[in-house]
Amino acid sequence: MSIYLDHAATTPMIEPAISAMQSALRKIGNPSSLHTDGRATRKDVEEAREVIAQSLGCQASEVIFTGSGTEANNTAIKGLFWSAPDKNLIVVSAIEHHAVLDPAHWLVEHEGAELIEIPVKDTGVIDCEFLRDLVSRRGDEIALISVMSANNETGVIQPIEKVVEIAGSIPVHTDAVQSFMKLPLNFSTLGLFAMTVSAHKIGGPLGIGALILRKAFEMPALLHGGGQEREIRSGTLNAPSIVAFAAAVSQNAFSAQSVEILRQKFEDGISTVAPHARINGKDSLRLPGISNITFPGTQADFLLLLMDGKKVSCSTGAACTAGVHRPSHVLMAMGHDEIGATSSLRFSLGANTTAEDIDYVLGVIPEVIDMAKAANSL
Amino acid sequence: MKLIAAMSGGVDSAVAAARAVEEGHDVIGVHLALSSNPQKYRSGARGCCTIEDSHDARRAADVIGIPFYIWDMADEFHAGVVENFMSEYKAGRTPNPCLRCNEKIKFAAVLDRAKAMGFDGVITGHYARTRDGDSGKTLHRAVDPLKDQSYVLAVLNREQISGALFPLGDTEKVDIRLEAERRGLAVAQKPDSHDICFVPSGDNAGWLRERMGSEDGPIVDQDGKQIGTHKGAYTYTIGQRKGLGITVPTADGSPRFVLKIEPVSNTVVVGAREELAVTTMKGERAIWCGPDIAPGDHRGFVQVRAHGAALPCTYRFDGTNLIANLDEPLLGLATGQAMVIYDGDRVVGSATICETAA
Repeated sequence: MSIYLDHAATTPMIEPAISAMQSALRKIGNPSSLHTDGRATRKDVEEAREVIAQSLGCQASEVIFTGSGTEANNTAIKGLFWSAPDKNLIVVSAIEHHAVLDPAHWLVEHEGAELIEIPVKDTGVIDCEFLRDLVSRRGDEIALISVMSANNETGVIQPIEKVVEIAGSIPVHTDAVQSFMKLPLNFSTLGLFAMTVSAHKIGGPLGIGALILRKAFEMPALLHGGGQEREIRSGTLNAPSIVAFAAAVSQNAFSAQSVEILRQKFEDGISTVAPHARINGKDSLRLPGISNITFPGTQADFLLLLMDGKKVSCSTGAACTAGVHRPSHVLMAMGHDEIGATSSLRFSLGANTTAEDIDYVLGVIPEVIDMAKAANSL
Repeated sequence: MKLIAAMSGGVDSAVAAARAVEEGHDVIGVHLALSSNPQKYRSGARGCCTIEDSHDARRAADVIGIPFYIWDMADEFHAGVVENFMSEYKAGRTPNPCLRCNEKIKFAAVLDRAKAMGFDGVITGHYARTRDGDSGKTLHRAVDPLKDQSYVLAVLNREQISGALFPLGDTEKVDIRLEAERRGLAVAQKPDSHDICFVPSGDNAGWLRERMGSEDGPIVDQDGKQIGTHKGAYTYTIGQRKGLGITVPTADGSPRFVLKIEPVSNTVVVGAREELAVTTMKGERAIWCGPDIAPGDHRGFVQVRAHGAALPCTYRFDGTNLIANLDEPLLGLATGQAMVIYDGDRVVGSATICETAA
């Protein structure tokens, strides 16, 4: 038995999503085919699209299915930049996921874009005054602004409404992968231009995401081919995953309130068993399930190994291709030094986390910290 | 026992880990990331520093069925091995970075951390054996003389040896590959790594020149007469014959060899082959791989290269230095290399050569 506290990385598929996927896998018919079988599959896809649209407060035609949240972010960042050939400035927050930061940096390196990162305060919340000042001085040059809805490492919720208000007519994209189904999100009320969501963070399958993109907006594509998804994302629609995605949305099991109570229990316990630990972003509004904790005098990769040895799955937050732990850019942006930014773990609770899980983890933490400290002092 | 298997991504460390699991130990695999900017793919037959190598190690751990982690040891490796490699060359010596890596990284940084985290020891795929004796574990040669790596392990002290497991020492390499095949390890036919892992080109001199610059200087004969120009004294090694670029022939047409490297005056001294003869060597930083040696002279063997011959000698420890007198002179011996003393197949200890004499 293992205690899974890494739901922000991925969370188990819920039963209704599994059974929806299973029955869709047994059906035949390319949703783009014109015959009866094709139309039947297409009907499933379109119904799923409507379910997802409804949950996000957007129109069905604004939902563009992609192969992942990363693909949706790349499509948005590059597409919005390419859609504004007379503007060269990209503005993103300093704490974005690499799926936003890296395409932005790619545009800097390959297309001569200028990138400005919005700093965050030590609370983990972006500095809106910085953004306001930037927009007032150079608003004409800005191709897009991208600020995540809530941070994946700390769970700190970002003031998207305020960002949209400051942006005025500048297109705003938000990466809502972590906050989808955990916070109320309404695409049209928020006044967003684009938004990214992903199925596997909410009990749906891996490998299916969506870019929510304002209706009738034409944007250069990353993938060209059959012209599916408003010609912004060609490729045969992944009907079984899309159907399961919608099932996860409509039968969502995540209760923000009960997860919040468990996290409170966890963080109260941490302050008892590890009094020197610091909870990052504690004083800010956070997603209910994420707890990012710095354990001074330790190294996250040793903590993780030891927790794993105790059958507890958690995360160091950021990993590079080689699997080598690097200082978290999110914690660095919040004012941590490099040492602090490599001595933190992210615990993320999900719909199936229990009070017993929390008790067990709190029980093993003191020994794990002692060993990690001893290893780190060498 | 609870053990950490250091897994390079090669066949040896994979089989070593598998054998330890089979013996009933509780094993986790750890791949050491030694370069902060790893290459994606191996180039040539070098291998333990690329992303492809870490992938191979991960897949081996999957097949063996053990947990797998990557530890970032790039800073430790740079400070303890790469910088030492450069400063040794700068000082006119010829270092062996594999020994330093065993001493500072694999059996220090890793073993110490392993113990702090409740593990009993570290498993590696080195070809060497240990035996339990009255005064603890001792280090011995592997059965496969072609693969024996006891030389590069001779920098380990008793405590490090007591925490080390070398499951491959009793087997020949060819059988290890067959065993890997039988165990379904994809690395069974992966080529052995050679040379220095952090010099991907294999061109040590070029690598050093790139990092330390090159200042031309004189190549002189033993009378101090300049007969050529070198491209940075530190890129030469004692006994080297090729690549000197000397156009002035010797009187009898015999070749010249590097006899001495003088880093302060940036001078390379060359001379006849006979001048390379060494019968006495002195080593500093002595390490005992088993019991301390008693005062006075002892008979044994000394080895000065990783796959060199074991040379009969009389050795003693004077309290500071390890001194070996060879029965027969040896041609060409660079300071900075390790002198490793053997008593039969047992490694007595080692020291870093700091002085040689005819």
